[in-house]
Amino acid sequence: MSMNITMKVNGKSVSAAVPVSTTLVEFIREHLRLTGTHVGCNTSQCGACTVHVNGRAVKSCNMLVAQAHGADVMTIEGLAAANGDMHPMQAAFKEHHGLQCGFCTPGMVMSACELKGKVMNPSDEEIRACLDGNICRCTGYQNIVTSVKAGLAAMS
Amino acid sequence: MKTDGIGARVTRKEDHRFLTGNGQYTDDIILPRQTYAAFVRSPHAHATINGIDSTAAAAMPGVVAIFTGKDIEESKIGGLPCGWGITSKDGTPAIEPPHPILCIGKARYVGDHVAVVIAETPEQAHAAADVMDVDYGILPAVVSTGTAAASKTAVHDQAPNNVCYTWGHGDEAGVKAAFEKAHHISTLELINQRLAPNAMEPRAANASYTKHDQSYTLYVANQNPHVERLLMCAFVLGLPESKVRVIAPDVGGGFGSKIFLYAEETALVWASKHVGRPIKWTADRSEAFLTDAHGRDHVTKVELAMDAKGMFLALRVKTIANMGAYLSTFASSVPTILYATLLAGQYKTPAVYAEVKAVFTNTAPVDAYRGAGRPEATYVVERIVEQAARDMKMDPAAIRRQNFITEFPYATPVGLTYDTGNYAAHLDKAMQMADVAGYPARKAASAAKGKKRGLGYSCYIEACGLAPSNIAGALGARAGLFEAGEVRVHPTGTVTVFTGSHSHGQGHETTFAQVVAAKLGIPVENVEIVHGDTGRVPFGMGTYGSRSLSVGGTAIVKAVDKIIAKGKKIAAHLLEAADTDIEFENGVFKVAGTDKSVPFGAVSLTAYVPHNYPLDKLEPGLNENAFYDPTNFTYPSGTYICEVEVDPETGKVAIEQFVAVDDFGNIVNPMIVEGQVQGGIAQGLGQAMMEGCSYDPQSGQLLTGSYMDYAMPRASDIPNIKISNVVTPCTHNPLGVKGCGEAGAIGSPPAYINALTDALGVKDVAMPATVERVWRAANNVV
Ligand code: FES
Ligand code: FES
Repeated sequence: MSMNITMKVNGKSVSAAVPVSTTLVEFIREHLRLTGTHVGCNTSQCGACTVHVNGRAVKSCNMLVAQAHGADVMTIEGLAAANGDMHPMQAAFKEHHGLQCGFCTPGMVMSACELKGKVMNPSDEEIRACLDGNICRCTGYQNIVTSVKAGLAAMS
Repeated sequence: MKTDGIGARVTRKEDHRFLTGNGQYTDDIILPRQTYAAFVRSPHAHATINGIDSTAAAAMPGVVAIFTGKDIEESKIGGLPCGWGITSKDGTPAIEPPHPILCIGKARYVGDHVAVVIAETPEQAHAAADVMDVDYGILPAVVSTGTAAASKTAVHDQAPNNVCYTWGHGDEAGVKAAFEKAHHISTLELINQRLAPNAMEPRAANASYTKHDQSYTLYVANQNPHVERLLMCAFVLGLPESKVRVIAPDVGGGFGSKIFLYAEETALVWASKHVGRPIKWTADRSEAFLTDAHGRDHVTKVELAMDAKGMFLALRVKTIANMGAYLSTFASSVPTILYATLLAGQYKTPAVYAEVKAVFTNTAPVDAYRGAGRPEATYVVERIVEQAARDMKMDPAAIRRQNFITEFPYATPVGLTYDTGNYAAHLDKAMQMADVAGYPARKAASAAKGKKRGLGYSCYIEACGLAPSNIAGALGARAGLFEAGEVRVHPTGTVTVFTGSHSHGQGHETTFAQVVAAKLGIPVENVEIVHGDTGRVPFGMGTYGSRSLSVGGTAIVKAVDKIIAKGKKIAAHLLEAADTDIEFENGVFKVAGTDKSVPFGAVSLTAYVPHNYPLDKLEPGLNENAFYDPTNFTYPSGTYICEVEVDPETGKVAIEQFVAVDDFGNIVNPMIVEGQVQGGIAQGLGQAMMEGCSYDPQSGQLLTGSYMDYAMPRASDIPNIKISNVVTPCTHNPLGVKGCGEAGAIGSPPAYINALTDALGVKDVAMPATVERVWRAANNVV
């Protein structure tokens, strides 16, 4: 069975007829071909698939696309300015070497951006606690914490 | 402070694409007329396959083709090879049972590849795979490392007692004699538990066949595409390399697990010709847990003999290493050549002997995982040395220091020659950074709160930069271990470098560009690094064993030197001087002692527009290749100090500080190197504190098959690491570099466990030292 889905992705309206069992991450990757959002587990454990749905960071492998019908979705591809200038959080990850292989990175960045407005001037421990849903195998997290701190400061 | 050249913290050229979602990993690629594969995997650890009925599956919607072991058998293709031959003590070769790409007759571990179903969509492939009717005859399973050799069940008929080899290394008689006159012998029994590598990008492959030139293209998440191609062509499919192009695009972490030639991608390449369409497969996380080659899995007894002053006389090690169900690509070398050769550690122990028994079990194959053999060796050495200090009532730093090797080059009793190092220098620096002098006061303060504080050292050494091909060959390697590089200077003076090394997080696009830019005196932005494509890169042995900069980087340096030498000839012609009078510095060729000069860009342009050019003596163009085969391994070393505070009431451990002082020789990009150390230590602490693959000892079912069951270190689990370094440049490569990728994972587990056992006053807490294990140890509850 398929259904018609309409939503806004990175500011643009999209619509498609997809099987009802389609998850949001499948829709983003396979139908819209926005492959910056990654699948590390498909069971909501690793956070590689994190996107924003109506401003909230969600694991897109853990949500049916039907649940996002009519929503405003932002993926990693929507974060940088139209001229290619990186968002302050992206720039902070580059500046502080918050990524190595880059696979967890889009999810990390999307999770990190959501902290803006949620926690004021977070400590390292608070940032670490907030990133609990995102696994990185490469960096040991230290530079991610530094990046997030700097990114949040640059966003204000 | 330099802003780009060697030694500068240059931010990474590759980051923009990763940060903006423009990376291109294998699963991101969809080819025209794409089909998708799902593997039918054995649900049993050990079973005969009595029959496979594909009728129902073949009738499912979207199914394109189904292949089983029978098709593989009939096609007469080879099995997956093992790249390293080991000879047992008794002179017999290691037993290397067949490793077919789809099971023939028997399945030997949960996840073993029974059949492959190819369909129009991944969902259709999985749905059809689910209804494949396989008639299994369940057999008893061999699971545990320690008892496999005593099992009545054989994993392979060729190895009736499940022993692959029993290998000895070192001076057995000399060690025995030293033990007889020892003042004290310290002993430990240690388990180095099995780990799942867990690169965040699951393995993936996409294979296609092109009719018009009968060629294959394979996109695969892999660390060494040329090796992948060589093994696949020469051993399995019998194809000329010219007909197979292997592309490893952006790869989301490897840690060893993507070195190996796996059944999945091989089956896809083979099947792509039959199907006539591209076939793609991406592992889900449970498949990754079941079938990525695991790491470690050693059971060891170690004994250290000392004189009355705590000088080490001899070390004796007996290890059982689990190979899993089949020999993976480099499995046999990991607990032998990469392990026993490191057992001297940083110490001048005169005699060392190791015996390693490798066993088959009905579990996933075990192979190289970050450090590969060297973490296991370091764990053995640094645990027993700490134990020796306790037994002798000596300070653990002092007993290490008095046994340190201090003169170089130093030939160890286990076959390596360390070229350089200064072990006391990193010990001193680490002790200072960790304020060891203030430790007793901190311990007392913890005790006053009812907490137990402990301090642990680890002075590791590793052999990296694999390695001289002739030495490796004499030790059983069936491949060369050089590296290749090509430097192509374009007419405008910009440069493309083709390297056989492969980056899957290491940042070669930046580090290698820094090296080339510094040597040629051009901006880093003008240097582009190409890797991971057998269709573009001349040759390569790939990235593992912390070899990229020391071996791959040196090949590039050699090619750059040829560029400069040729450039000098062109400049000499332009400047009407003798070749020998030309100097090259900061991107300018000059006649020595004059102000006559010509910039690099003018020389490169002349090379491609050779109007005023010595065509009679010199070919046009500016493009050079080099191969580099090192003359020795490199020997990074370091001191790690871990300080923990244990709450005996809850078993919770807080890492109060973790100090890492490494000697990687010269450093090109300190930012990247620190990142490697931080990431390596996180993996090592993951092993020490929480990670471990667990199989049911009877059924052989993997109990840790998801992130719900296998504890991965998360941001709150890992502390900030205090990092510094000392420098003794490597003596035998032009950059003086040693490699930094594995140190963290090698050095950190013993530092943590030494600290923990010190805090608790116990001899051992088995890894992973979970809260439960710590609480039991703290409260004497078995
Ligand atoms: S892929 Fe969604 S959380 Fe891992
Ligand atoms: S950068 Fe590789 S998993 Fe985080």
